[in-house]
Amino acid sequence: MSRPIIHVEALTKKYRLGVVGATTLREDLARLWGRRRIDGSAPDDPGEFWALRDLSFAIAPGEVVGVIGRNGAGKSTLLKILSRITEPTSGRATLRGRVASLLEVGTGFHLDLTGRENVFLNGAILGMKRAEIARRFDEIVAFAEVEKFIDTPVKHYSSGMRVRLAFAVAAHLDSEIMIVDEVLAVGDAAFQSKCLGRMSSVARAGRTVLFVSHNMQSVSTLTSRCIVLEGGKCVLDDEPTKAIQTYLRLNRSTEAIFSAPPKPDAPSITHVSLTTSEPGSIHRCGAPLVITVRVHAPAPLPEAQVSVQIVNEQDVPIVHLPFFDRGQGILNAAGECTLECRVPSPRLYLGSYFLRVHLASTRGHQHFQTVEGICPFEVVMHGMDRPWPWRPGECAYVEDGVWTTRLTPAAPRP
Amino acid sequence: MSETEDSSGSGETAPRFEIVIEASRGWLRVPWRELWDYRDLFWQFVRRDFSTKYRQTLLGPAWFVLQPLLTTAVFTVVFGRIAHLPTDNVPPGLFYLCGLLSWTYFSQTMPAIAGTFTTNAHLFGKIYFPRLTVPLSQLVGNLAALALQLATFAALWIYYRIFTEFGSQPGIPWWEAAALFLSAQLQIMVLALGVGCLLAAATGKYRDLQHVLPVVTQLWFYATPIVYPLSMISTEANWRWVATINPMTAPAEAIKLALLGTSSWTPALAAGAWAITVVLLAAGLFAFSRAERTVVDVA
Repeated sequence: MSRPIIHVEALTKKYRLGVVGATTLREDLARLWGRRRIDGSAPDDPGEFWALRDLSFAIAPGEVVGVIGRNGAGKSTLLKILSRITEPTSGRATLRGRVASLLEVGTGFHLDLTGRENVFLNGAILGMKRAEIARRFDEIVAFAEVEKFIDTPVKHYSSGMRVRLAFAVAAHLDSEIMIVDEVLAVGDAAFQSKCLGRMSSVARAGRTVLFVSHNMQSVSTLTSRCIVLEGGKCVLDDEPTKAIQTYLRLNRSTEAIFSAPPKPDAPSITHVSLTTSEPGSIHRCGAPLVITVRVHAPAPLPEAQVSVQIVNEQDVPIVHLPFFDRGQGILNAAGECTLECRVPSPRLYLGSYFLRVHLASTRGHQHFQTVEGICPFEVVMHGMDRPWPWRPGECAYVEDGVWTTRLTPAAPRP
Repeated sequence: MSETEDSSGSGETAPRFEIVIEASRGWLRVPWRELWDYRDLFWQFVRRDFSTKYRQTLLGPAWFVLQPLLTTAVFTVVFGRIAHLPTDNVPPGLFYLCGLLSWTYFSQTMPAIAGTFTTNAHLFGKIYFPRLTVPLSQLVGNLAALALQLATFAALWIYYRIFTEFGSQPGIPWWEAAALFLSAQLQIMVLALGVGCLLAAATGKYRDLQHVLPVVTQLWFYATPIVYPLSMISTEANWRWVATINPMTAPAEAIKLALLGTSSWTPALAAGAWAITVVLLAAGLFAFSRAERTVVDVA
């Protein structure tokens, strides 16, 4: 491996709790006074919060690395330090190359300025030279698809146009290192896929990308390596599929049965369980699957709506099983209702799955509860033979196609 | 495969960008080189501030001229007609406009710089660039308004020169006047930067100061010989030390000497003011560079 382009060594960031947010002079004077009287500080202050603790990793040039982790795991702090927005408490990070950091799309856009003026302003904020922006101006505008409105003040733009223009500026930044934070979560689907396309072409061009996201789909398609943060530390540094599994497991129960006490003041889901074809939460593809949901209502609940989703490892819903109370009156009186859903032949593909259950009411479109990441189970392809091994990730759903064949003989040679 | 080789090759041939991020030590850290690298951003800020200030107003940039003229009119009535403050035998309109030339720039630039961390909190929280770019762009951007005001003053000055007895008064040679004006303006800029940075660092941490600042600026205005001449305060007076210690006194008097040909400016007064200004600049840059490191965490 050549010299790492991003080298993070024992990076630590400590926040003092209660002082996040500007303080008043009096509070600080009081603290100063208090400290002086205690004479020497306590070793591990409970008012301290370690956003990052001794984090180390190295990234080689050209790598596309994802950073995933739950909220508060230290992702944003890491990005802020690497983007030089704030300083670490201790430790060091070395970046060997020009850095473009995109923690947000359109930072510094001024609504009263025109699209053209904002391209130059935003480009300069991102660290581009004026000549550089001028050279790529037409490209940027074409990418954003706002040619007609480029001399209109940005405040008259739709939010989609603003985002497109902002991303276009950022996407045309020449830098060796790109630090990107979930900016792809904005814009319409077509533009998102355009952004993803741009990101992967950036990656293919040999630039180094550090990408933080909650969107497992884009993490798995874009990155070649993933770092999982938890509590300010790196818990896994591996290929994306394994890292995503680890991350999703952090969020998920391993219990086969979900149960919760009923809420006294609102309808709630009290039980979810799954009957698989094999013991130990193993299910054979194509075999019948039974899902049992118990719902509790402290008062009569008209037009109840229960829906179950079967979600795969990448957090993508594969199957939707909705139930609507259309006059049956399943919760006509306060109490608990048990719903059983039998799926005769679910054709889920090889892999791990979870359930996600929603409870709502059609009347007034009320949503009461969603429980996620429960009732894990594995689907095996046992009993569905093919002269080729089944490999994970080939599809999400298997179907029996009816194949017919017809041969068109080759024309006889003259 | 060849792509990765290419990129690692270029990575090693271009080590000129190496950024080391660690908890910084040291007292005064002004990233001169980086500021120079970001000069395009600096000009973008100057342009943005100038062109957005009076957008969506009826009169547009005319306000740069109208505002000091209206203030001059108010001063003429309040301090001239009602309070009967002397004006060193200069026509009151000219006297007040001249005082405003030195004060307006300072009173617009200094609080703007003091608000660096609060008004740009969102920007600073999302992207890095040398933070001093913002105060420096204020410093230069407000010169445009000053130039317009100077032009207004010149027009008024010519009018008084031609049509009133003011024209018969002796002045100082034009090159001395120019040197005096420029050095006074330079001192005002350095002072605005120093005080502004000092307050910016403090306001970033203690928002209380936001509310104190307008009052302080107001008091400072009255402590500076803008609406009255320094000659009005005799050297033996109880409050004379305030005027002497105030680093705005010397440039205000210098500009009056340069443009009106009469004031109580002395080289000693200027030397003292410069000394205080330089100390404030050093303190301001120190506080600013301390604050910019972690101000985002509290903002």
